[in-house]
Amino acid sequence: MGYDPENPMVDRITDIGPPHFEQFFPPVVKKNYGKWLYHEILQPGVLMHKAENGDECYTVRVGAARLISIELIREFCDVADAHCDGYLRWTTRNNVEFMVDSKAKVKPLLDDLAGRGNRMPVGGTGASVSNCVHTQGWIHCHTPATDASGVVKAVMDEIFDYFTSHKLPAQVRIALACCLNMCGAVHASDIAILGVHRKPPMIDHDAISGLCEIPLAVSACPLGAIKPAKATTSSGEEVKSVAVKNERCMFCGNCYTMCPAMPLADPEGDGIAILVGGKVSNSRTYPKFSKMVIPFLPNKPPRWPEVVDAVKNILEVYSKDARKYERVGEWCDRIGWEKFFEKTGIPFTIKSIDDYRLAYDTWRTTTQFKFTSHIK
Amino acid sequence: MPKHDTPLLDELEKGPWPSFVTDLKRQAEKKPECWDILGQLELSFKDRITHWKHGGIVGVFGYGGGIVGRYSDVPKQFPGVAHFHTVRLNQPSSKFYSSAKLRDICNLWEKYGSGMTNMHGSTGDLVLLGTKTENLEPLFYELTHDLKQDLGGSGSNLRTPSCCLGKARCEYSCIDTQALCHHLTMHYQDEIHRPAFPYKFKFKFSGCPNDCVAAIARSDFAVIGTWKDDIRIDQAGVKGYLKGDYIPNAGAHSGRDWGKFDIQKEVIDLCPTGCMWMEGDTLKIDNSECTRCMHCINVMPRALRVGKEQGATICVGAKAPILDGAQFATMTIPFIKVDPDNDFEEVIEVIEKIWDWWMEVGKNRERVGETIMRVGLPTFLTVMEITPAPQHIKEPRSNPYVFWGEDEVEGGWERDVKEFRKRNAQ
Repeated sequence: MGYDPENPMVDRITDIGPPHFEQFFPPVVKKNYGKWLYHEILQPGVLMHKAENGDECYTVRVGAARLISIELIREFCDVADAHCDGYLRWTTRNNVEFMVDSKAKVKPLLDDLAGRGNRMPVGGTGASVSNCVHTQGWIHCHTPATDASGVVKAVMDEIFDYFTSHKLPAQVRIALACCLNMCGAVHASDIAILGVHRKPPMIDHDAISGLCEIPLAVSACPLGAIKPAKATTSSGEEVKSVAVKNERCMFCGNCYTMCPAMPLADPEGDGIAILVGGKVSNSRTYPKFSKMVIPFLPNKPPRWPEVVDAVKNILEVYSKDARKYERVGEWCDRIGWEKFFEKTGIPFTIKSIDDYRLAYDTWRTTTQFKFTSHIK
Repeated sequence: MPKHDTPLLDELEKGPWPSFVTDLKRQAEKKPECWDILGQLELSFKDRITHWKHGGIVGVFGYGGGIVGRYSDVPKQFPGVAHFHTVRLNQPSSKFYSSAKLRDICNLWEKYGSGMTNMHGSTGDLVLLGTKTENLEPLFYELTHDLKQDLGGSGSNLRTPSCCLGKARCEYSCIDTQALCHHLTMHYQDEIHRPAFPYKFKFKFSGCPNDCVAAIARSDFAVIGTWKDDIRIDQAGVKGYLKGDYIPNAGAHSGRDWGKFDIQKEVIDLCPTGCMWMEGDTLKIDNSECTRCMHCINVMPRALRVGKEQGATICVGAKAPILDGAQFATMTIPFIKVDPDNDFEEVIEVIEKIWDWWMEVGKNRERVGETIMRVGLPTFLTVMEITPAPQHIKEPRSNPYVFWGEDEVEGGWERDVKEFRKRNAQ
C-alpha cells in the first residue's frame, strides 16, 4: 500500500482536519481543564498555575526562532520526553512551553535547558520583551522589503537581557513584518519593525502580457496611479501594458502582488520603518494601532545596526520614563507625542504626519500641546 | 549539494539569542539542500533583495489552498531550492503536541522536505518550508493516511482558525476556545480547503479581553470571551495583597523595586471607569459601571476572578493596513452564548449570516472589514438583523448626513413641484 502515482485518487482521504487537541494535554492540564484558580510567575520564564483542587502546573517558557529545523524540534521532544511525559506546546509568539506537575521537577528541567548552549533561553513572561513574532523575509517570501529572521536575531541579541528579566514597566511586544502586506500584523505592537519600499514599480513590458491581467493590475492601485498603456517590447512588438504615475505611488506593493511584471524591490529603495505604541489587549485602554516614528532606516545585513539601535533606544527610554503597568502606547499618550520625540531624541520629520486616508483624525485640533525643543 | 561560504550569515551565529543560522547548518549535515537555503539567503544578504520568484500555483488534487508555490530566481546556483514550496499543516487547537506526534511530522518532513519549518506561521499553521512539486502528493497521502492530519488554508478561503490556550491552563478564560476552534475547523473543512470567498477570512478565539491571540487586531471574525455578571471578589485574597503575602500582577514586575503594593495607585486609579473603591480593607466594585478591561484581575488574580455568567463578544472585520489602512474589529455582538453542548449553534448562525452577505456584496480581494467600511456599519447591522445600541459606537456621528429611507419620512418622497410653486413662488 501507500501512494500510487498512477492512481492518485485511490483511497484518497481529505477534509479530516487537525488532530483533536485533547490527546496532547499533559495529565495535569487534562484533569484541571476549566478549573484553574490563579497563576504566579515564579521567576522569569517559569509560571505556576494553581487549580481549584490544589493541583499545580509548572510551565517553563523557552524562546525559539520561528524558523527552526526538525533536528531542533526533535531536541525539544527529547526535553519533553525526559521531563514532561512527552508533552509540550508552542505559544502564539513562537515560544516553546514545557509543563510539569510538581515544583521538584522544575529545577532538573531548567538545568537541562541551561546545558543546551544558547538554544533554549528561558524567559518571555511578565514585564519582559517576549519573543519577537515575524514573517518570512528573504528566507522564503517573494515580496519582502527586508529580511525577517536576520533582523529579529540581531534585535533579540541586543535586548536579550529584557527577555530573561521582569524589569520593564509592562510587557513589550515587538513584531516584524517584512513588507506592507503585514503578514505579521505589526499594526498593533508596542514596537513594530516594518519593511518598506521607496521606489515605484518597474514595468517588465516583455513579460506583462504573459503574467498579468491588465485590468487587475490597474485596479490593484489604491491611488489610481496605474493606467493601461501601449508599450513596445524589447523585440519591437507593440503590446498592451501599463504606465505608472510615479509621483502618486505610496509604495504599498499591491501592484506587484497582483502583477509579477511590476517588481519594486530594490537594495537602496527598501529598508525599515519603526512604529510604536500599538497594543492588542483591552486592559485599561482600548487596543491601539502602532504609529510611525521613524519612516526609514537602511537595510544593512547582517546585523541592521541602525534598526537595532532604534529599537533599543525606544525600549530603554520607555523603561526609564514609563509608570508601572503602562504599555508603550499608554506612555506615549500620557506624555504626548512631542515628548516622545524629545525624550527618545528621534528626529521628527514630516513623514510622520499622516496624509493618507483618515489622516485628519491624527492631526492636532486643540491649543493644548507641550513646548518642547521642537518649537523654536 | 556543496556547502557555500556564508560570511554574512556566520555573523548571526554570534550572540545570546538562538541562531537560525547555526540551526540550519546543523540540519544541512542531514539535509544538504539546507546548504542551498543558506547559500541563497547569503546572496540576499549580499544583494539586499529577495531571490524568490513571484507566485507559482501548486497544490494537491481537490484542494485550492494549503500549499504555497515558491521558486528560486537563481536555481542554477542553488538547485536544492529551485522549488521551495510551503506546506501549511493545520495545527491542533492552541498548539499542544505530544513528542510522538511531532516526531512523526519530523520524519515525514525529513522524507519529503527540506527539514526546515516555522513553528508556527502568523495565522497559526505549522509551516513546512521547502519541498518540490513531485513530493506534494506522496506527502499529502502519508499526512492523511499515516499521521491522520490535514492541510490548513491559503488564498481566498477560510484561513486556519486559531485560539488561545483558554481553559487548558488559564483562569481567565470565559469560553472554551479550543473546543470552539476545533469544532468550527472541522465544521468548515470545505471552506478552508476550497477558496470560494471574495478574499481571505480569519477566525480567532480569545478566552478573555486580554486577547492573547490578537483576535481584535488580526481576525475578520473575533470571538473574545467575557462575562455579564459581577467580578468574583475573595476579600481574604484582597487582604493577602494588602499585607504583602501575595505578589501583585502574578510576579510580572519582579525584576525592579517598584515599592510596596499600593492598591489605590496600582488598581483603583488605573480602572478606566473608576468603578472600584476601598471601604476599610474591603474592596468594592460597582459592576454596572465595569467595562471588563481585565486590569484589576490581571493585577490581583488571587483575589479577583472573572464573573460566572460567561459568553463572548463578537467583533468583526480586523485586518492589516493593505490597502486603505489597518482596522481593528468592530464590536458587533455584545454578548453571545458559546455553548459546546449545542455545537456552538449561536456562533455558527452569526458566521453564516456574515458570509451569505459578504459573498454576495464583497468585491474581489475585499476583506469583510473593508466591505463594512464601504457600506457603513448601519447597513451591516441591518443586514445582520442586530438592534443598534450605543455599545456599537465610541461616540455618535458628528455630521448630519443621515441616509433616511423613504418609508421613514411622513408622506414619502414623491411630491408635485407645481403644487409646491402654487404656495412658494420661484
